[in-house]
Amino acid sequence: MTLKTGIMGYGTAVPRMRIRVEEIAKVWSKDGERIAAGINVKQKAVAAFDEDSCTLAVGAARIAVETAQIDAAKIGAVYVGSESKPYAVKPTASIVAEAIGASHELTAADLEFACKAGTAGMQVCMGLAGAGMIEYGVAIGSDTAQGKPGNALEYTAGSGAAAFVIGREDAKPIAVIDDTYSFTTDTPDFWRRQHQEFPSHAGRFTATPAYFRHVVSAAKGLLKKTNTTVEEYDYAVFHQPNGKFPLTAAKILGFPKEKVERGLITPIIGNTYSASSMIGLASVLDVAKPGEKIFVVSYGSGAGSDAFRITATDEIHAKGRRPERTVMELIESDTEYVDYATYAKHRRKIKSL
Amino acid sequence: MRNLLPLIWRKIPERYNLIGSRDEETGKEYFPQRKISPAVRRRGKLVDHPMPRDGTIYSYSLVHSAPTGFEVESPYFIAIIELSNGVRILSQLVDSPAERVKMGAKVKLVFRKIFEDEAEGAIAYGYKFKVVQ
Repeated sequence: MTLKTGIMGYGTAVPRMRIRVEEIAKVWSKDGERIAAGINVKQKAVAAFDEDSCTLAVGAARIAVETAQIDAAKIGAVYVGSESKPYAVKPTASIVAEAIGASHELTAADLEFACKAGTAGMQVCMGLAGAGMIEYGVAIGSDTAQGKPGNALEYTAGSGAAAFVIGREDAKPIAVIDDTYSFTTDTPDFWRRQHQEFPSHAGRFTATPAYFRHVVSAAKGLLKKTNTTVEEYDYAVFHQPNGKFPLTAAKILGFPKEKVERGLITPIIGNTYSASSMIGLASVLDVAKPGEKIFVVSYGSGAGSDAFRITATDEIHAKGRRPERTVMELIESDTEYVDYATYAKHRRKIKSL
Repeated sequence: MRNLLPLIWRKIPERYNLIGSRDEETGKEYFPQRKISPAVRRRGKLVDHPMPRDGTIYSYSLVHSAPTGFEVESPYFIAIIELSNGVRILSQLVDSPAERVKMGAKVKLVFRKIFEDEAEGAIAYGYKFKVVQ
């Protein structure tokens, strides 16, 4: 029997550059306004030349460790979930561990499950901390998502990271993770084969049998396991491959739009893949009050969903336990809009780069 | 691949966490790390010491003619940063529009990719600075 765990601290990182959906559409002679409305995404965050899923993971993890107010030497595990690793072989997690000043007595690994490897990392940390094998664990979702030029994914494939420090309930977390439930099947709706630069997807097949089946099944499974109803939750966060799917999932489950909006980030930074639902959760924690309940469901193609029931504690109001800047402030301040050529250069979509 | 691994690996403490030196006898701090304490010109009592991650621009330059590996990034700013403990270090400036790059402007450390040892080699990560508003 493991002990309950919670979120000790959290942090996010989003690159400064943005490209508008309309700017991308212009290049491919498409109606940008119609596409933006259709997917409910205005723009996406673009990682610069010198940014990758590792630098974003470090940026987010440093803030998470700071807000956790713990001794970094007590971190016993670091897991980085990503599908855009800078090295095909060599862990990002060991770089992050070194950069956050953790001790060398720790376990670390990179996880991959399309867009849900970050929440899988949270579950691993919950298990290890709850079992007493580690004191604190760091789970990170980080991606600089790749979209093939001209492909539908190019409008949404964004960049960003979110990190969570997980510890036991008695270590004064800002939010307790009450329970988790996962739903996994073999559903090939999106993938990237070895040595391929860009992922492939199965078009409309990514919706009903993939995203909606897994998100809804995991959500219903968690409600049943915890014997709760949607009315008992103050916020709901879903994985956001676009701005529309999470709202539809909320509707199917009976969550009103107001409970979803705070955690809906994809319309302004694009789909940050492994970080998507985690940045949404971070944005909700930015405003959550003690006692408020948060419902989180991630989704990873291939396919599976992890659902969490999280309750904010009194500690969330303690000094310095939340990042200096909220997710919304981070995203909305200090941005630079770039044209397609600049985006193509920074994302190395020009062959000679 | 130019096999820059020794150069990349040895600098990890400095580049990731700004670990410099502090002379316990004089209280003076140095970056990069020193083997000999410059002020007293002997070994002194040097210990590893992390530098603060904020400071101001002491001087800067805009690089148009970049060295190998940095060509596509030019033009870019490099600056001498005076850290809040008085130690001065040389660093690239990123995420900072030209109008904000001024002597005395406040900066903070960010973690970025510095260079890649071509397509097959190791990646060097480390500090760069950005101007804070």
